[in-house]
Amino acid sequence: MSQSNNGVHIQELAPEHFHDQAKAALADPQLRQNFRGAMDYLQDKRKTAFSNPAEEKHIRDLSEAIRQRCLSKLPDLLEQLETNCTNNGIQVHWAQNAEEANAIIAAISQRHNAKSIVKGKSMVSEEIELNHEMAKLGIECLESDMGEYIVQLDGDKPSHIIMPAIHKNKQEVSDTFEKNLDNFTPTLDVDELIQTGRSRLRQKFHDADIGLSGVNFAVAETGTLCLVENEGNGRMCTTVPNVHIAITGIEKVVEFLTDVPPLYSALTRSATGQAITTYFNMISSPRRDGELDGPEEVHLVLLDNGRSQAFRDEEMRKTLQCIRCGACMNHCPVYTRIGGHAYGTVYPGPIGKIISPHMMGLEKTKDLITASSLCGACGEVCPVRIPIPEMLQRLRNEAKNPPKPDMPAMRGQEAAASKAESLAMKGFAFAASHPSIYHMGTWSATKMKALMPSNLGPWTQCRTAPKPASKTLHQLIKARKQGEKS
Amino acid sequence: MRIYPAKPIKAYFYATCLVDMFDPEAGLDAITLLEQQGIEVIFIEKQTCCGQPAYSSGYDKEAKQVAQSQMDLFTENWPVVVLSGSCGGMMHHHYRRLFKDDENQAHVDAFCDRVFEMTEFLVNVCRVKLNDKGESTSVVMHTSCAARREMNVHVTATQLLTQLDNVEIREQAYESECCGFGGTFAVRHPNISQAMVEDKTRHLSDTQASEFVSADWGCLLNINGALEYQGKPMRGRHLASFLLERTGGK
Repeated sequence: MSQSNNGVHIQELAPEHFHDQAKAALADPQLRQNFRGAMDYLQDKRKTAFSNPAEEKHIRDLSEAIRQRCLSKLPDLLEQLETNCTNNGIQVHWAQNAEEANAIIAAISQRHNAKSIVKGKSMVSEEIELNHEMAKLGIECLESDMGEYIVQLDGDKPSHIIMPAIHKNKQEVSDTFEKNLDNFTPTLDVDELIQTGRSRLRQKFHDADIGLSGVNFAVAETGTLCLVENEGNGRMCTTVPNVHIAITGIEKVVEFLTDVPPLYSALTRSATGQAITTYFNMISSPRRDGELDGPEEVHLVLLDNGRSQAFRDEEMRKTLQCIRCGACMNHCPVYTRIGGHAYGTVYPGPIGKIISPHMMGLEKTKDLITASSLCGACGEVCPVRIPIPEMLQRLRNEAKNPPKPDMPAMRGQEAAASKAESLAMKGFAFAASHPSIYHMGTWSATKMKALMPSNLGPWTQCRTAPKPASKTLHQLIKARKQGEKS
Repeated sequence: MRIYPAKPIKAYFYATCLVDMFDPEAGLDAITLLEQQGIEVIFIEKQTCCGQPAYSSGYDKEAKQVAQSQMDLFTENWPVVVLSGSCGGMMHHHYRRLFKDDENQAHVDAFCDRVFEMTEFLVNVCRVKLNDKGESTSVVMHTSCAARREMNVHVTATQLLTQLDNVEIREQAYESECCGFGGTFAVRHPNISQAMVEDKTRHLSDTQASEFVSADWGCLLNINGALEYQGKPMRGRHLASFLLERTGGK
């Protein structure tokens, strides 16, 4: 089993230990270099892909509008999707939480006496800890996405939603292969590393009983599942095994087939700077009579897992606009420095901070929502314009306060409430709205600045203490006015 | 894109709590710059703080109380010129969010509409033309994230520097990246904040510029504190003071 972030055991990563995990990551120079290099590269790729600002604006306007329209009709679209998928021969299942999703997949697997599942990249399968749960039943899950494959070989976890092994450089990938694969000669040649992975994976597609994939867009009007990928492993997983199970969050539904092209373009440009991916799969049914290939059964598992909590609130609903491009993490100054594991959640970075509270509750995630300077770099690049900093503000408020009278409580509501801090903030608000008291305070700060302690805890661990001026602006202006009069 | 009004006869000046406490001279310098444009500057002495510390910590109710007390001070329909992109963003954008669906919403929106950050006010409302009277020098500028992404005034701050003939503008690496301040973020997550400010100070120092300016005292508190802690000679000062000095106003 792999160790990550200076000895924190990879399977023990959790959002409750965010402070320690972040501290460990910051102390790992190799990790920081890997992330900074990779994020710089991805930022450049996105910039080039959106070199025309007018076109960028147009694509984002369109994508935001499509996602908002589809979410506004979400319940209806989900029913339509179910009807049309069913008519196409795709079996639709509903899962309220991870447990139910795993039970559905386990039941399908057991009905086919499946011993192995080959997987295309699916973050939702990470969300429900599918590999772990299936292993308990003696069913082996094999990752076929190159990044996921590397991560799985090493007993590691993904650190990015698009590039799961981004935290490893080529030396570390070669080390992982050397440790886990027979007859592998260490190399730093990236093509050779990739070819090694591909050739080992090839046989697995043929041997697997079931193929499992995620879904990028589920089209309600046609009952079509769209899958975006570059390696062809997604196509193999969804066509070679006799059974295909697709799993996705309920928010991935779009209304029309014509909604797909703009979102697809926004996704690939934002994620990897590509105009189009190598593969784009549209799955509309199991193998039909007379067709030579394709699975005989196709299942779609639609997972809620906290998403309906975000949906019921008009402001937080915007969280569900996400098309999982990863641009927010690529541009985040916090993610760039601590990497994905430190968050201890399946979805790291800015989007992880705003979606995880709905999935896991605010108790577990209360440190994540404050781990942002609210710099806005994420919102600036989000292809569907999720106002991530505003979502963080909102979640901070929910974590500190009881729900508003007409609102249902969020999971973990008030989890960060602190009597001392609340009292301090009430004091601040009282003083700031009572000028004479406030100015007494600033006046004393300037008069007693010699008493300012040089050790201000966290502030002075890398900075000197702030030095108040000898007179406040209020005093200077009074003096200036008196000077004018005389 | 914001539509700007014609130059007014009078304008309110909002200094911000950090300038009041840590760099009152910058407040006076900004007032002088505005007066040089023929504007009568009104400084309401009862002004305190925009309420951002409560807002970004999750205390909307308390932030709203402070916001209401500040808005009540600026009763006439004059522009409110704010000496910080961050507090400007709070008063121009976030007050709207705080008072969404409030009975006072229309009144709040009208207030927010007349809030301007200093550099955008000088460039887009006053159409200022600066006459550089200083020796030749080089400058590096740090723009706060709110100034850049909420107010879009990194453009106007740069335009002001560009008007100075004898000033060479140096660009630091990762210019648009946050300095790691973020108000309470710096103390809630001190290690992450430290990693960010250490990168920022290195990138600024690497330019070897003679001058370092910023139009936000939050960032300056953070960056200057780190520069001093590291024993580096570079210190940032408020853009308003630099502009006034270059144009011979002090």
